[in-house]
Amino acid sequence: MAPAVELRGITKRFPGVVANHDIDITVRRGTVHALVGENGAGKSTLMKILYGMQKPDEGTIGIDGEQVSFHSPADAIARNIGMVHQHFMLADNLTVLENIVLGGEKLHGIGGRARAEIVKISDRYGLGVRPDVLVEDLGVADRQRVEILKVLYRGARTLILDEPTAVLVPQEVDALFDNLRELKAEGLTVIFISHKLGEVLSVADDITVIRRGTTVASVVPGETTPKQLAELMVGSELPSPQTRESTVTDVRMLEVEGLRLVTADAEGVRRTVLDEVSLTIHKGEVLGIAGVEGNGQAELVEAIMGMRHPDSGTVTLDGTDISHAATRTRREDGIGYIPEDRHRHGLLLEAPLWENRILGHVTERPNAKGRLLDLKAARADTERIVTEYDVRTPGIEVTAASLSGGNQQKLIVGREMSHHPKLLIAAHPTRGVDVGAQAQIWDQIRTARREGLAVLLISADLDELIGLSDCLRVMYRGRLVADADPATITPEELGSAMTGAASGHLTASGEAAHQEPRPSQEGESE
Amino acid sequence: MKKLDKNKLILGVAAPVLAIVAALAITSVIILATGKDPIHAYTVMADFGSKSDSQVWIVNKAIPYYLSALAVAIGFRMNLFNIGVDGQYRIAAFFAAVVGGALTLPGFLQIPLIIIVAMLVGSVWAGIAGLLKTTRGVSEVITTIMLNSIAAAVIGYFLQEGRLAQKDGNLFHTPNIPSSSHFFTIPTTPKPLDGFLVVAVIVGALYWFVLNRTRFGFDLRTVGQSESAAEASGVSVKRMVVTSMLLSGAAAGLIGMPTLLGVSYNYGTDFPIGIGFTGIAIALLGRNHPVGMAAGALLWGFLERTGTQLEFEDYQQEIVGVMQGVIVLCVVIAYELVRRYGLRLQQRQVGEELAAQARKTDKAEVSA
Repeated sequence: MAPAVELRGITKRFPGVVANHDIDITVRRGTVHALVGENGAGKSTLMKILYGMQKPDEGTIGIDGEQVSFHSPADAIARNIGMVHQHFMLADNLTVLENIVLGGEKLHGIGGRARAEIVKISDRYGLGVRPDVLVEDLGVADRQRVEILKVLYRGARTLILDEPTAVLVPQEVDALFDNLRELKAEGLTVIFISHKLGEVLSVADDITVIRRGTTVASVVPGETTPKQLAELMVGSELPSPQTRESTVTDVRMLEVEGLRLVTADAEGVRRTVLDEVSLTIHKGEVLGIAGVEGNGQAELVEAIMGMRHPDSGTVTLDGTDISHAATRTRREDGIGYIPEDRHRHGLLLEAPLWENRILGHVTERPNAKGRLLDLKAARADTERIVTEYDVRTPGIEVTAASLSGGNQQKLIVGREMSHHPKLLIAAHPTRGVDVGAQAQIWDQIRTARREGLAVLLISADLDELIGLSDCLRVMYRGRLVADADPATITPEELGSAMTGAASGHLTASGEAAHQEPRPSQEGESE
Repeated sequence: MKKLDKNKLILGVAAPVLAIVAALAITSVIILATGKDPIHAYTVMADFGSKSDSQVWIVNKAIPYYLSALAVAIGFRMNLFNIGVDGQYRIAAFFAAVVGGALTLPGFLQIPLIIIVAMLVGSVWAGIAGLLKTTRGVSEVITTIMLNSIAAAVIGYFLQEGRLAQKDGNLFHTPNIPSSSHFFTIPTTPKPLDGFLVVAVIVGALYWFVLNRTRFGFDLRTVGQSESAAEASGVSVKRMVVTSMLLSGAAAGLIGMPTLLGVSYNYGTDFPIGIGFTGIAIALLGRNHPVGMAAGALLWGFLERTGTQLEFEDYQQEIVGVMQGVIVLCVVIAYELVRRYGLRLQQRQVGEELAAQARKTDKAEVSA
């Protein structure tokens, strides 16, 4: 049987960089084929080539044994290839049915026939999609299933899933993998992009490793370990977020008491996004907050930064009540901030690096003398940050937009650390950052912690959370519902608490010790 | 690094050159379409524009244009579209004229007083839009446009006999300001230059300094580039909106002063209108840069001066308006194209340099 997809000698050059070279991949029909590699290794470019969004400079694409040339995704779809993007492309204010038929009206119309087809596909692969629900009412996992169904509806026999698990909790990942096995059983082919090795090993039939734009190995899951796979990916010894010795003191640096925040969305529906949140971080302590995104972590950070004004509760930094202080005052008082979305909150993309170094610290030395800017000192200090934090750039006059994500992040970390914060708020500090920069950022957080920094760490990467934190809290629907000791907890146990299934103090056995009545259940019955 | 700087310079020059070439080409086509000779038109304009009395006229005309562009640019730099400069300068000039006409203080007191009144009234008028934006979320575009009409109505109400104006022939105007309050002129031949040129230069320099060398200016530019990043960095965006509207209005208050203190000496029904809109065009043309806007203001003056001469040569009188529109369009498009190209170019160069560095270290590792 001819392979479903056969890529031979694919090379794609962008001005100045070679994104892919000499890629060889053979995907057997009716299998789940995983494509692994660290961020920036060239996985996405390769998939864009296969999906017709980019044309390769060299090499051939074979589909079912036939050589093809794609000029647009429409060509790929005509060849029964479908792609589920990492960022969902659904219209929130339309129903599932409407989203699925959108752009594919000619296939089965937009009425009863389309509905029947959707239900048929959904049942066949066990997707459990309800056609008449508004997409905005769906959770992330459901939306993903809609995306998959959308692709199947258009007749895809080969599905490309770009980092499908990035947004899911472990339990949802398992459900997704069950769906993938169903698809496989029906003879469909799945190409699965990921950098989470455990997942890849559990679901894939074949694995291709990409490093620096080229295929370095093809392995079979049964014959390899996560460690071997990781080393193939990185090409060297692995960094680990493991924190060695405890540096926690009993000096309270940040105290948050009874923080409560109610927001109203566009339709006027009021939602409690922060519900009696209390926490304390000591000098030299890293407090990690686990939680599925959208459970109030972003609001908590913004409340501590003074970007949102909670309805009640207090924030105390180093003994001073800053509940009503302006963001700038809080920053001057010693809060460093690595924002979740660095493009929106951490950088001026079209400004040069030295202006980005001033951002957020315009009132502080060396950036300003009195009310005037000290451009010379700011420039000199930017040079220092670039050197000390290994920001890969040809100079400090280039715009922030021209740096890679990892280097942008290193600049932000360097900037925040340069003002010797008392408290560092690190929201997803290594998201979208390559492995090298990741290790460096972890090192910097650890070093600063040893020197007495208090850190509030928010992350979706459970390994990072467990590895860096001294103490873990789980956030669910605006509440801190559980806590855990990172020394004994496993990602699976943490994941289950993140779905609201466990609360109180989580112990190593995986059983939640119910020290308090289960607030999550109360929440649901409300 | 040097290569990047050189590119920056080339790109900086490329945009205006590209725009002017494109504008000339389009205008030529339009003139040709009317069955006339474009080259001859340009020669007429160049000849007439370089006469010394034309030059003085152009500079004097450019002064209020420049001040207007500055007022608009203050808003532009933080993504505020202050379309109300027109209303702001008119109502400011009107009340300044009323105050100036009612008092007879020595000039060194009264001139600053008149200017300050104008700046205050301009600020208040613009500040209303700022407050409405921050407290009620109303777009400044809408409020400033409406405030233009309200300003015109207010002036119309007071500019009547028995209220704040007197009748003079067919015109109504405020009482003349005393001659001690006339602004100085710079003696040149054949006609003197308006002394307000000095003020314009100072305000331009101040604009540059505050934006580029002060903390306040940095905050303002930050808001203009990314409101979310500004908020996270500790800038109070709301306060910034109000402050910059006040500043924009204060600058707008200056626009009518060269006319009031140096030409008309009163605010009458014939007081020039529309300079606020010209300012928008010039701010776009000069890319909010103090020198660029000065060039833009002079270009505008030149076109208006020489356009009158085209009529005598049997060209359509509207051709100058067409030219002005075409230039602004070309400039906006050219700058955007060059900006995008520059950004891509830089990203590519950064990629190349880093790749080169990486190759070097790779080799070093191999040889080690």
